[in-house]
Amino acid sequence: MTRPQTLFEKIWDRHVVVEEPGSPAVLYIDLHLIHEVTSPQAFQGLRQRGLKVRRPDRCVATMDHSTPTRDLSPTAIDAQGARQLEQLRHNCAEFGIRLYDLGDEQRGIVHVIGPELGFTQPGMTIVCGDSHTATHGAFGALAFGVGTSEVELVLATQCLLQYRPKTYQVVFEGRLQPGVTSKDMILALIAQIGVGGGTGHVFEYCGEAVQALNMEERMTLCNMSIEGGARAGMIAPDDTTFEYLANRPFAPKGEAWERMLAYWRSLPSDPGAQYDRQVTVDVSKLEPMITYGTNPGMGIPISGRIPDPQQEKDAEKRAALEKALRYMGFQPNQPMLDQPVDVVFIGSCTNSRLTDLRQAAALLKGRKVAEGVRLIVVPGSESVRRQAEAEGLHEVFLQAGGEWRYAGCSMCIAMNGDQLQPGQIAVSTSNRNFEGRQGDGGRTLLASPLTAAAAAIRGRITDPRSL
Amino acid sequence: MQPFERLTSAVIPILHNDIDTDQIIPARYLKVTDKNGLAEGLFARWRYLPDGSLNMDFPLNQARYQGRQILLAGDNFGCGSSREHAPWALIAWNIRVVISTSFADIFRNNALKNGLLPLQIDKETHARLIDLAEQERRQNGAAEDWAVTVDLAAQTLTLPDGFQAHFPIEAFHKTCLLKGLDSLGYLLDFSAQIDTYEQSERAYPFGVRRYDFA
Repeated sequence: MTRPQTLFEKIWDRHVVVEEPGSPAVLYIDLHLIHEVTSPQAFQGLRQRGLKVRRPDRCVATMDHSTPTRDLSPTAIDAQGARQLEQLRHNCAEFGIRLYDLGDEQRGIVHVIGPELGFTQPGMTIVCGDSHTATHGAFGALAFGVGTSEVELVLATQCLLQYRPKTYQVVFEGRLQPGVTSKDMILALIAQIGVGGGTGHVFEYCGEAVQALNMEERMTLCNMSIEGGARAGMIAPDDTTFEYLANRPFAPKGEAWERMLAYWRSLPSDPGAQYDRQVTVDVSKLEPMITYGTNPGMGIPISGRIPDPQQEKDAEKRAALEKALRYMGFQPNQPMLDQPVDVVFIGSCTNSRLTDLRQAAALLKGRKVAEGVRLIVVPGSESVRRQAEAEGLHEVFLQAGGEWRYAGCSMCIAMNGDQLQPGQIAVSTSNRNFEGRQGDGGRTLLASPLTAAAAAIRGRITDPRSL
Repeated sequence: MQPFERLTSAVIPILHNDIDTDQIIPARYLKVTDKNGLAEGLFARWRYLPDGSLNMDFPLNQARYQGRQILLAGDNFGCGSSREHAPWALIAWNIRVVISTSFADIFRNNALKNGLLPLQIDKETHARLIDLAEQERRQNGAAEDWAVTVDLAAQTLTLPDGFQAHFPIEAFHKTCLLKGLDSLGYLLDFSAQIDTYEQSERAYPFGVRRYDFA
């Protein structure tokens, strides 16, 4: 009998083209997702060497980071952003790559449209010049972010040079309480293991609480693997996965579907498979989570108090906490509940799908955004936008006094016109609360769409379960 | 890629833990379509005050740290965004080595592809270097007195007092750095094997004749 293998090992082994002693493996990449910010220098590199794109049919490009969300007309884009978009158009045309351009009905955030259109499939290796590529691991794919040099390698050879990462099993035990989401699960994990906890590893999320999630919730979980230091996070494909995938435009059909399904069902980790590390998180008593500091590991249950640096024994951690509280303007031991907020952002590749928008709308329906608070809701793709509008969700946001936008990364990255003003405090459903991430001097509190909607209604940090 | 063999320089201490790539270079500098001009954005949020003037409390703005090519950082350097603009900006500032106890995976990969050495050391050596930087801050003196030497071939870091630490690096990356080779040339040599793989049963989608997104 062969040694039991993990989901990761099965995919990895199948994609190793060559592995020479003392060298990294040549790993074949099935799907390469491309956006405007991390690709121009890679295409330029190809041109300088006179190379072609090896498999344009395995590349898919979209525009999301630099795109405006209020108005898609060319005049709404600054000159540098416009140049990036124009370069991507030019590069995709020259090298024969499918592009979801600004006016396209299917355009959206790269990690939203990949799954939505059925490009993302179990058992694949997927890369993108974007650290949140781990999102696609929700389908049982090995998906990770790469830099621009690696984008160039994949364009030229459809392969990467990779050392085999270690495996890290993350078991979420128990069932989530109502009002608690997969965003809270991942924030709880990162608070527990720290932002460097998963470095060098690939997470595999297991357990009852994970199996109970729908695909959009699983994507939220995998999305923030990088915030725990892991380049990739994966979930074994199951019937939930296959139901989501069936009939998506680029999913296999007919006989091909049946054949692939048989393969996909063989992917989950074998009983007795060994992981290099393991952690268990009991979610049965988990509260909604919120961050108070300047990295995603600085998170606490919403009813909790901000840690006191005086209580931190490790000098470096104490210094980091003091620095974070100084930037945030928060006090040690301060409760997060009732902290006033200026802006609420619902969007990003973490939480901009229909499940997220429906949850936020359910709380906001018939209510108003608190005076002085700005609510901005940005769907993850144009398809999400249309479907949300068909369900009347946009009316809920607009009637509450919020803003409803076109798809894009928006205020998560603050390079497209949507950003915080210095000093503003935002509750954000995005993935990073680094200093100035959402605009210079801006202060970000990461939370779920439910917690974000509750903050919009009360103008203060509020447990969504109390509304 | 510029080869890297050996370097002697005093360090620039930026000792926070978990320095993320958003701090190394903020997103507004990512709108370039080439690799030029990124030095201006290096640590922009810490280098400039809100009115745009230089923050003289930040080491990169202080006279003594000019011209140095080694950055000494806290744990878990380069976490967050995959932007390769981070190592590009460090290189543009003429930094060739970053010393930390650990590096985020994507940053490390990106650095190695640009001739920037991510030099990983143990806690004890790290503490010695921090002490050294602190002593220098208090005592001044010529930068040469505080210089450390990085020898990639020997995989050693030597402190001014003669203390020597060994650092790990994969043989492949070491050779690439020493010779200034980039990995594309290496990978292109496997074209025939990649052809074979694509035709094989192992290639996705297994057994399905044609798989074309276009």
